[in-house]
Formats: sequence, C-alpha cells, structure tokens
Amino acid sequence: MTSLTNLTIAEARDRLAKGEFTAVELTRAHLDAMAAKRALNAYITETPELALEAAKASDMRRQAGQAGILEGIPLGIKDLFCTKGVLTTAASHILDGFKPQYESTVTANLARAGAVSLGKLNLDEFAMGSANITSHHGPVENPWKSKSDPAKKLVPGGSSGGSAAAVAARIAMGATGTDTGGSIRQPAAFCGITGIKPTYGRCSRWGIVAFASSLDQAGPMARTVRDCAIMLEAMAGHDPKDSTSAPMPVPSFEKALTGDIRGLKVGIPTEYRPDGLSPEIETVWEQGVEWLKAAGATPVEISLPHTKYALPTYYIIAPAEASSNLARYDGVRFGLRVPGTSLDDMYKKTRAAGFGKEVRRRILIGTYALSAGYYDAYYAKAQKVRALIAEDFRKAFESVDIILTPTAPSAAFGIGENDDDPVTMWLNDVFTIPTSLAGLPGLSLPAGLSADGLPLGLQLIGRPFDEETVFKVAGVMEDAARFTAMPEGV
Amino acid sequence: MAYLIEGETGDWEIVIGLEVHAQVISKAKLFSGAATEFGAEPNSQVSFVDAGFPGMLPVINETCVEQAVRTGLGLKAQINLTSVFARKNYFYADLPQGYQISQYELPIVGNGELLIDLPDGSTKAVGIERLHLEQDAGKSIHDMHPTKSYIDLNRSGVALMEIVSKPDMSSPEEAGAYLTKLRSILRYLGTCDGNMQEGSMRCDANVSVRPKGSTELRTRCEIKNVNSIRFVQQAIEYEARRHIDVYESGGEIRQETRLFDSAKGETRSMRSKEHAHDYRYFPDPDLLPLVISQDFVDGIKAGLPELPDDKKARFMAEYGLNAYDAGVMVAEKASAEFFEAVARGGAADPKDGQASPAGGRDAKKAANWVMGDFFAAMNAGDYSWENPPVSAENLGRMIDLIDDGTISGRLAKDVFQFMVAEQKDPATIVAEKGLKQVTDTGAIEKAIDDVMAANPDKVAEVKAGKDKLIGWFVGQVMKATQGKANPAMLNELIAKRFKE
Amino acid sequence: MSLDKSTVRAIAELARIEVPDEELDHLAGELSNILTFVEQLSEVNTDGVAPMTSVAAMTLPMRKDEVTDGNQADAVLANAPDGADGFFTVPKVVE
Ligand SMILES: [Mg+2]
Ligand SMILES: [Zn+2]
Repeated sequence: MTSLTNLTIAEARDRLAKGEFTAVELTRAHLDAMAAKRALNAYITETPELALEAAKASDMRRQAGQAGILEGIPLGIKDLFCTKGVLTTAASHILDGFKPQYESTVTANLARAGAVSLGKLNLDEFAMGSANITSHHGPVENPWKSKSDPAKKLVPGGSSGGSAAAVAARIAMGATGTDTGGSIRQPAAFCGITGIKPTYGRCSRWGIVAFASSLDQAGPMARTVRDCAIMLEAMAGHDPKDSTSAPMPVPSFEKALTGDIRGLKVGIPTEYRPDGLSPEIETVWEQGVEWLKAAGATPVEISLPHTKYALPTYYIIAPAEASSNLARYDGVRFGLRVPGTSLDDMYKKTRAAGFGKEVRRRILIGTYALSAGYYDAYYAKAQKVRALIAEDFRKAFESVDIILTPTAPSAAFGIGENDDDPVTMWLNDVFTIPTSLAGLPGLSLPAGLSADGLPLGLQLIGRPFDEETVFKVAGVMEDAARFTAMPEGV
Repeated sequence: MAYLIEGETGDWEIVIGLEVHAQVISKAKLFSGAATEFGAEPNSQVSFVDAGFPGMLPVINETCVEQAVRTGLGLKAQINLTSVFARKNYFYADLPQGYQISQYELPIVGNGELLIDLPDGSTKAVGIERLHLEQDAGKSIHDMHPTKSYIDLNRSGVALMEIVSKPDMSSPEEAGAYLTKLRSILRYLGTCDGNMQEGSMRCDANVSVRPKGSTELRTRCEIKNVNSIRFVQQAIEYEARRHIDVYESGGEIRQETRLFDSAKGETRSMRSKEHAHDYRYFPDPDLLPLVISQDFVDGIKAGLPELPDDKKARFMAEYGLNAYDAGVMVAEKASAEFFEAVARGGAADPKDGQASPAGGRDAKKAANWVMGDFFAAMNAGDYSWENPPVSAENLGRMIDLIDDGTISGRLAKDVFQFMVAEQKDPATIVAEKGLKQVTDTGAIEKAIDDVMAANPDKVAEVKAGKDKLIGWFVGQVMKATQGKANPAMLNELIAKRFKE
Repeated sequence: MSLDKSTVRAIAELARIEVPDEELDHLAGELSNILTFVEQLSEVNTDGVAPMTSVAAMTLPMRKDEVTDGNQADAVLANAPDGADGFFTVPKVVE
C-alpha cells in the first residue's frame, strides 16, 4: 500500500469514503511526516492537537453521513489567512503573537467542507517575494535537489513557498496559497506541483492579510489538477463581507475535467518569448503545445503587446496599495510594539523593527508613488497601463479559448542567489504578473524537468470566471505530461 | 451691509468657508455592522473592521448612502450617480487603518446652495461646494494617564457627511446663520441630529481677510473642530483680527491648522499638524465605484419633507406671519408642527391637499402665544417637544376660550401658568380657579362705584383734567375684580362714568 | 529618476519607518534603481485611457443598516500590546 501521505486528495477522499482508513490515521501520517521534515521550514506553526481533534470530528461526521467534499483531508494553510485562536504572522515580525479572534472566509469554507488543518505555512513576509527568502521565520527549502549540486539548498519560489514545499514534500495533501503577482503559480512551478490563482473575486479576501487589494486572490495548491479543482470548489464562493467578491455560483470544477478539448483554440503569445528565455523552458512550452494539438486543440499565435510593461506596472500598483494596507501595523492594537518617546517615535521604531527589508522597500516605493506631485506620473500612469494590459487579454480572448505560456523564466535557484538586486528577483514573475493585473484565472502545472532534474511549469490562462476551461485543458496536459518525478526523500 | 473690521491701515473684510462634519443618523456604521449609539462603554461598539484588523474589509451601509443623497437634495445640490471612495492616508492614534475612507475626486454630492436668514429678515445664498461620505475616527483621551493617551474606537467608522461651503460668508453672524440653518435642514431631513455638544455636528472654519473692496483670496487658516456655534463665531472674529494684525505689522499669514481655545477665546497653531500633510489619496481598492440609479434618487426625493424655506414661505402666505415670526417658527420642525397644530386646531394636515386654514384659529394670535408664553415656559423648565409644558391641543383650546370671551387675554396668562403647573386643560382651570371673566355690566359698574367712592380726591383730580389717572382707576377696578373684569368693557364704562 | 537622501528621509517619515542616517544612501540607491525600472512606463501612450482601479466588473454592493457586529470589547482588545481599562493605549499625544 502506498504511504498515506503519497495519496492525492481525490484518492484519499475515495478511500476514506470506503472506510479503508480514518481521517485520524491520515492526519497522523501527515503529522509524523511534518515532524520528520522540519528542516524544510515549511510550517511556521504546526497545530497537531487541533488537527487530531478536527480529524476525530471529521470521522464522526462521516459516520453520521455528513461528509463534506474535503471530509478528513489534511491541508496546510498559508500563514496569511487569519485563523481564529491560532497564531497568524504573515511571516512578519510585526505580527508577533497575533492570534486573530476571527476566521478567514476561505479557511472557514474549507473547514465546512470537512478539511483538517495541519498548521500555518511559511511564506515571504506579507507575501512579498518570489523565493520565500523574506520570511521573518527563515527561508523555506525546496524539497527538490539539482542533479549537478545536490547539496545546494534551493528556493521553493514565493510567496507561497511553504505551501508549495509542503505539498511537494508530502507534508500536506494540499495547501492554500495566495497570489498577487504569481505567488501561487511560480512556487507551484518551482516545486513541481499544481496551483491555480482563480479569477479575482472568485475567493473571498475577507480574513486574508492584505498585500495589494486589487490583485490579491486566494487559490489551491495540490499535486494534481483534480485536487486543485476539488479544493477550489470548497474555497470559492460569494462573500457579502468582501465588496469585491463576485456574486457568482461556484460550479463543480471537478466535473469540468472531461478530457475533451477538441476544437479549443489555444493562444500562444509572441511576447512571452523574450530574448534570453532559457531553451529548456522554450522546449517544455513547445512540448505543451504539441500535447494540446494531439488532443484536438488548435494553437493560435496571439499578441499581448503590453506584456513588457506588466512588471513595472505591477511594481507601482502593488507597493502603492501595500503602503496603505500595511499602515495598520502600528503597534497599537495587535502585534509588535517597540516603545518610543512619542506616538510617532513608537510608530517609527515599531515599523522599522517589525518589517523586513523587502517590505520596507516596497512601502517606501509605494508611499513615494502615491505622494503629492508623483501620483499622476506613477500611480495613475500605472493604472492606465493596467487597463491596456487587461484590454490586450480581452481582445486575445475574442479569438482563443485559453492561453498557454511558461510559468516562470527559470527553474528553482539557490537560496541566496538573485537576492542582491530586487529588480532581478522580480523578473521571476514576468509571466504571471500580466494575468494578475487583468484579474484572470491562471494555473500552473508541472510539465517537465530541467536538465538539472528540476521541475518546470506551464501556465494556462483563462477568461474571467472560466476556471472550468482552465481545469479541463490542464487535465488533458497533465495526462499527457505524465509528470511522475518526485523530490528526494518522498 | 458689509461687515468690516477697522484696522490701522483701513477697513478689512473677512472671507469665511465652513466645513461641517455631520454624523449620519443610522443604526450601524458606514462600513461595518457595529452600532453607532453615543455614550457606550469604551470599545464596545467596535467590529474588527473598525479596529483595522488584518484582513478586514469594508462593506457600505445603504442607509448612509440614502442619507447623503437626502441631504444633498435638501441642499438643492447635484447628486452624482457615480462616486468613488478614496483612502486618505495618515497616521494617528485613533485612526486604526492608517487611512480614512473618504471621497476625494468624485463625491456623492456636488454643487448646491443654502439660504441663510439674517437678523434683519433678509436672506443670503451660500454656495455648497460638495458633500461627501467618510468614516469618523476614534477618540483619544489624554487625561486618564500621566504618560499615555487612551483610545476608544466606538466612533471609528461611524458615517459622517462632510459638507463643504464655498467661501461665501463674510461675517461671524453669517457663519452662525449658516450653521443654524444647516442644522435645521439636517434635522428636518432626519439625516443628522445636529448635536454639537455630543460631536455629531462639528465645524472647521476656513478664515482669511482682505482689504475692503478687494476680490483677492489671501492665505487662509483652518480652525478645527469647534463645538458650538457661538465658539465658531468667536474663533472667526479672533482669527480675522489676528490676520489683520499680522498684515498690518508687515507680516505674512502661513497656511496652517489652528485650534480654538474656548477658555481663552483664542486660536493657536496645532503642533500635531505642523508637518505639511501629504495624504496620498487613491481610490480604495477594497471598494468599487458607488453607482446609484436615478430611480433611487427620485424615490428619496419623493419622500422629502417640507423644508424650512418652503415652510417659512407657506407660513407667511397662509397664516400671514411676518418673515421674522415665520423664521422663528420654522427653525425647528417640531416648533413648526406645534405652531400649526395650535393654529389649525383639528384641521387637516397641509400635505394632504386641504391646505386652507379656514375654520382654524387666529394664526397671529397662535404665533404670539407659541413664541411668547409657551417658549418662555419651555425654556424655564425641563421640557422637550416630546414633553411640552402645554400640549398644542390645550393651548389651542385656551385661545378658543379667549375668542369666545370666557377669559380675557390677560386672564389667559394666569390660566396658562396654571395649565403648566397643574397639567390640566384650560376649561378645567377656568372652572376650578373661577377665572371666567366678568362681562356683567352691573357687576363692573358696582366695582367702579366702590373704587370711586373710596377715592374722592382722585376722582376730583380726574375731573380737574388729570386724564392720566384714569389708568390708575382701571388698575384698581381690575384688582378689585381679581383681574376678571373684561378689560374692554371696563375701559369703556370708566370712560363713560368720568364723562358724566 | 534618482532620489536624494532628503527625499528618502521624507518618504520614510510619511511611512513612519525609522531609517538610520547611515542607511539613507544605500536606500536612496535601491529606490532610485526601482524608479528607473518603472519609468519605462512613460514610453506607453495612455492618452484617453481611463485608469483601471479594479478588475471586478461590478459596482459596489450595499448592505442593510442593521447592527450585526460589536459587543466584543474583549476580543477587540485581546491582542493589544498595551491595553488598559478597556482602552488601547499609546504614548501620550500632546495637542
Ligand atoms: Mg476637510
Ligand atoms: Zn472630513
């Protein structure tokens, strides 16, 4: 029998239903694996007692015939989701000791569907990063190792690096992530798992520590497309507590996995082939096109002319919103307080000590971009370019049903690499950011391995609220890719 | 006539614009479901949204939007069907989010107008620049601890309407008249209770001065959060003087925010606001554009009450009141309603079409009684419109007793006092106290005879031509009849007796 | 665009983040690099383009005026680093 931690969510669900094992057994297997893999630093807070309690309750519900769609499935929660009574840090020193007295809508939805939370997963501080190296709780290690240098510790990507590493390392069957500029998709690609950032408005933002409100979106990360579909169905839904939550019914995403993509038109954007794109990435991308063709879809060359401006646009809008969203971390009502001689002195000391370097940098850039005299040149300009980027996609989707691109320009790199210059680090998100700016659903799935044996991901981008097509095409690609490689020690 | 301040170099005019923060009457806050009641235990009416907790999001209260539109309509203002909420970013102890959600570029209400009533009975139009919705901040309490300020977030997130006037006022009196009128309209509309003491209406005054006849706009100073109309007037007066003194001694006025110290009657620079502010306004990404339909606006319009200006005009036309009396009567909706109830008796409400006061009472007499003895009684005791010293019905009945000759106007004053003291209807008071006036000619003549018989010397003086003493005889006879003699009859009979 | 030290100091003041003087130069360099990077946006012709504030193709939903929240002072104060007598506290503010 396969180890319980190696099962997919769908497999575990079916076997739990048959009574082959209990939620408590499944949870315990994961808790044991977590303990064995603490070196990855994937979890900030493990909650074994709560997990076992929840698993017991789940088993009782099942006996009572009240099983939800994720009944008994052990998941990890990105530590950006507020969880009632459980330490929530956003991987920042400034939230030291913060135990929310409320539960985020998404995690509440998961609990209602029967899921068992194993604990809170590491991330880049306030979700700002692409390598999970900005966490106050230390970097997360990617469970994958490069063939050429197996001793080198690799980044899991970010910001949902703890989520990606945990799912890849089989210390969570699935995990929640959040994606502002690529924070679900890029780490999914780096860790060889699947993750989807749904359409903006699909999942409630209520109770998720805000980074950039007009971009933030929660989504599932798991080992298969089907698992992501099951999870998203549980996470999503209209929430009257979030004014930007879409009043849309949640379809059964799993039912969308028909395997039939005949006649679908797949857009291949010219602009996603920048100079110096790694040939490995290009090969995997071409391979992806072939798989879809073989399944009866038609590739169509498309143009998204403003693509190159997505990154600078994002790096104005996201820091601007963040500078305002993070103003509430002031040492008064929760978290860290560093005493000061005056109110302002207390603010400045608290925020200097509480925020890490990257967060401080982004707050400063955002503050500047919004300040009098610069607003029009930076923020207003970026919002206009954002409109053009969204318009590029809208036009493209007049002729295609889905768009296929690489997820990231490279495979996972070493911890400590690329972090001297923020702009270079930001290039990791060059393929994911346009989708975020346009609010579209984007899914990353593992499509192959680099020469160094590291996973490479492909991204599928859909029309607004058409996650079903994204899942359907992803399912076909997953079957074709037969990605069976596993990180070391799994 | 222009209000001028005499300086050493000549006369100066004041230019005044007012920003009023009016707390919206609603059960719950603008963006959260916490209650808005005044005077609750600290931090007991606070949601995690109001306290700026991580991950909390705003959802707008429909009633607050309605109230803003209603107020806009009451100010004859343009209603913007699309408006945008923006964040005003600044750090302060009682601003938990680190920003105030307000409206900046696209407010819900645009240009409007308010007619102020001046003491000489004239009116003046003051322009309204805009009205926008925004969140109130919490409250800092500085006197509970030697080294700490205490923060109560009960007010945090309560809906405010910021109503900004154009710089159209030119005297402290006009500013006072503006605030009085604005408060009156807000109360008529039921959109703000106008209570300045509890802080549900707060005023910032922008003041500058210029030499008489000039049209320039000089640097203004903003005096923050003055909590009574009288103080606003004092603050303006003081601030204008200060500007003139600075200019006349060759100085310049620096644009700044100032605080009014009501104990000293002075304004002073606010230290906490010394830094030039950069609020970094931007559209709140947690909120989408607020779009309302014309139907929504029309529905609110259809339900608007008759407002003070219209009511005043109607009172003048319908009841023949002069502008001053009509103005006093309509200042509060409750006083206007009380007056109408007295004047009309059981007659139909003017809004249902039967607008004629025919069959009602003498409106001028009703107005005099309401503004005179009734207001005096109201002010003298612990009364309110819900609990008046005398009901409109009883005051009306008392006027009827005057009209049918049961009591004289003079006796009515006593009857009124007994009505207040004993809370009984006028007929009962008249019967119990024997206050019915004497209209029996014989009885009055007998009393006159008695007084004349007792004062032969004075009778002689009158007969010798000292007419002034007739009044003394009237008084004596009135006294002898305990004030019950019909005054007209008494005058007539005395005059007749002396002519004999 | 390059930022000088005094501008960085002013921004840090606005953002209420203490930055030691000796870090200002380095920070000014980093922020200037970022600004130079984002300034490529000036190449884009945005004449007549309306700024996009949200991707959500909807307008603001409204809620009913009902008291549904509050009455939880303990929960609101539970995480306060320095609460007292039902209040949050801060270093004394002098007006
Ligand atoms: Mg103002
Ligand atoms: Zn205001």
